[in-house]
Amino acid sequence: MDLDFSPEDNAFRAEVRAFLAENYPAELREKQRNENALSREDYLSWHRILAKKGWSAISWPKEWGGTDWTPTQKYIWSEEQAKADTIGILPFGVAMLAPVIYTFGTQAQKERFLPGIRDGLVWWCQGYSEPGSGSDLASLRTKAERITGDDGKEYYLVNGQKTWTTLAQHADWGFFLVRTDPDAKPQAGISFLLIDMKTPGITVRPIITLEGGHEVNDVFLENVKVPVENRIYEENKGWTCAKALLQHERSGIAGVARSKRNLERLREISNTERADDSGPLLADPFFRRKVADLEIDLTALEFTELRTLAGESAGTGPGPESSILKIKGTEIQQRLTELALEAAGHYGAPYLRDLPSNSGAIGPDYADGVAGEYFNTRKTSIYGGSNEIQRNIIAKMVLGL
Amino acid sequence: MDFSFTEEQTLLRDTVASYLADHYDFEKRRAAVKSASGWRPEVWKAFAEELGILGASFAEDLGGLGGGATENMVIMEEFGKALVVEPYLGTVVIGGGFLKHGKPAGGDELAGKIIAGEATVAFAYAEPQARYNLADLKTTARKDGGGWVLNGAKAVVIGAPWASHLIVTARTGGAQRDAGGVSVFLVEKSAKGVTTRDYPTVDGQRASEVTFENVSLPASALIGGEGAGLPLVETVVDEAIAATCAEACGVLRKLHEGTLDYTKQRKQFGQPIAQFQVLQHRMVDMFINVEQAVSMTYMAHIKLGGADSAKSVSAAKVQIGRACKFVGQNAIQLHGGMGMTDEMAIGHYFKRATMIEGQFGSVDHHLRRYEGLSFDRAA
Repeated sequence: MDLDFSPEDNAFRAEVRAFLAENYPAELREKQRNENALSREDYLSWHRILAKKGWSAISWPKEWGGTDWTPTQKYIWSEEQAKADTIGILPFGVAMLAPVIYTFGTQAQKERFLPGIRDGLVWWCQGYSEPGSGSDLASLRTKAERITGDDGKEYYLVNGQKTWTTLAQHADWGFFLVRTDPDAKPQAGISFLLIDMKTPGITVRPIITLEGGHEVNDVFLENVKVPVENRIYEENKGWTCAKALLQHERSGIAGVARSKRNLERLREISNTERADDSGPLLADPFFRRKVADLEIDLTALEFTELRTLAGESAGTGPGPESSILKIKGTEIQQRLTELALEAAGHYGAPYLRDLPSNSGAIGPDYADGVAGEYFNTRKTSIYGGSNEIQRNIIAKMVLGL
Repeated sequence: MDFSFTEEQTLLRDTVASYLADHYDFEKRRAAVKSASGWRPEVWKAFAEELGILGASFAEDLGGLGGGATENMVIMEEFGKALVVEPYLGTVVIGGGFLKHGKPAGGDELAGKIIAGEATVAFAYAEPQARYNLADLKTTARKDGGGWVLNGAKAVVIGAPWASHLIVTARTGGAQRDAGGVSVFLVEKSAKGVTTRDYPTVDGQRASEVTFENVSLPASALIGGEGAGLPLVETVVDEAIAATCAEACGVLRKLHEGTLDYTKQRKQFGQPIAQFQVLQHRMVDMFINVEQAVSMTYMAHIKLGGADSAKSVSAAKVQIGRACKFVGQNAIQLHGGMGMTDEMAIGHYFKRATMIEGQFGSVDHHLRRYEGLSFDRAA
């Protein structure tokens, strides 16, 4: 029972830190710190730098470009990334789709798709949710029928609508759950398709979220022809892929390293802001109690995550404590944004997004965007299976109810 | 980074668990708690002789097994599961802690007696006016020739009715709440001038109001430096808090498991009440509280003695205090009327959990201490 990192771990940390110091572009660091919107090129350029180093797909099998880092090394990596304010690699390709491909795909599919994901050449989006299928994902209705094309090849003809598709406006390809057997039980008639977003019949329409950002989209599919060889795994067995994908999200889902960084930022803000008695806000007994509560909860979450990692290290697999990570992790992320907004006081109100970029600062820098972050972060307890669904899962899978 | 237990520690846990399963079921405990003495000296003897656990956390040259806080954690968690009332915390964790950190003259001899089960210790620190402030002392010790004379009164000294020795905090200088001027003394309970008024506590333990009236102590009774005892007291109390958190983990696990079992078999509206989603989510939240409490207990034990020791212990105690309230109250609620009965074990776990909430400081007390350590020094 100890928290000591081995000499190898410490050497690894030094290596990672040096790499980040040398290779992470200062311009991206600034954008991330100030919570500015990131462009497609911002995301991909950093992804490609990591790919060149061989660190873009750390959890993959070695033969496809993964590392054989221990869970402790992965933990160190996420800590150091957060400390350096890196923007992180988008999860859709590397963390979500790729494990499905290397687990269920054919050799040809692996060779075709994995390198582009690893190297940041292809942007992927996730076509899961539908207007009528949120928490009850298996009720999805987007339909795919087998047809023979004019070229004599086999296709799926896809019709339907996906929604909440994150960053689909940038996507080259998407992975979609579609219904291939309307008569089977909900989970039994679903297939997992990879679709080129440039295929005729696909329309992406922005959904502007309450803070004014464009992150998510509706995706309409109208007579979209998808070659049959783009199906992963067997027809009507897509639910197996869908579930596996959700399980692969576990690593890092708690966002502990990122939250620790944001807590530091909150402490800076509340040491700068003044309370009613003109002392630092962080000295105000009511405010600092909330910060202390949050800090303690985050420590508990961190040690729950460390226990999970240690379990994986020891080969015993993640224990029941791992299922807590999503719920507590997202609650803490939300409380952090809530307190940052509260700390900003009056200057939480200005909405500067639509002003010309040269119109100059209003209020302190750190106040710009805190309200938007707060509004936007309400999503975390909703996405990836709402926290209520997570409780259902724990009740069933862990508590045996 | 390692959260696993050594083979010896696992063996220790199994040994304790299996002994308690055979000798410490709920009905046996109930009978002991209701008996005149309130405990079972034969169980204590078995801890010493049959299991050899009273020396688990003592150094080998004292006759112990060379373990430390982790061994205490393992034992206390198992004790929590069985609601053990015998004075392990006072005797081994606190008594042993003062001997280890304070190194008093004659300490090795007492350590030997503790390990052999021949001496038990109670910690007389709290005073009626002091709440959780360890430095708020009206009890005094004044120099008298080569020794000391002790006067004062101590409140709710847990385990005192069973103790052969008391460890007493007293003021040898300074004003009532000063950090300086605190000294620690080892007092034989049979010494002239020590009187106790014994009573049971709501969670099945025994305690005393202890009065010292011109109690003569030899110079060797002083543990640690004269007037410099507060840091020593804080160190030992932090270790005691960590051990209490471990006990709480055992209590919390039983509260949660008991609730799961009960709701699976209790039927209403034609189905087990565990089928109702509103109860399922409540039990998931209880589960989260338990696991987070376990995480914090590990954290506190790992950090004991390090730079963040005090802050980590207070953080853990906050988490454990809240978990005790949430899990305890909901365990009763989900048991319905049965939860209100003295007959079922669940209420007894709830009562112990409730007392742990306040033991060595409430949630508010430790939040304030945490804030001071986290913000004031850093800011």
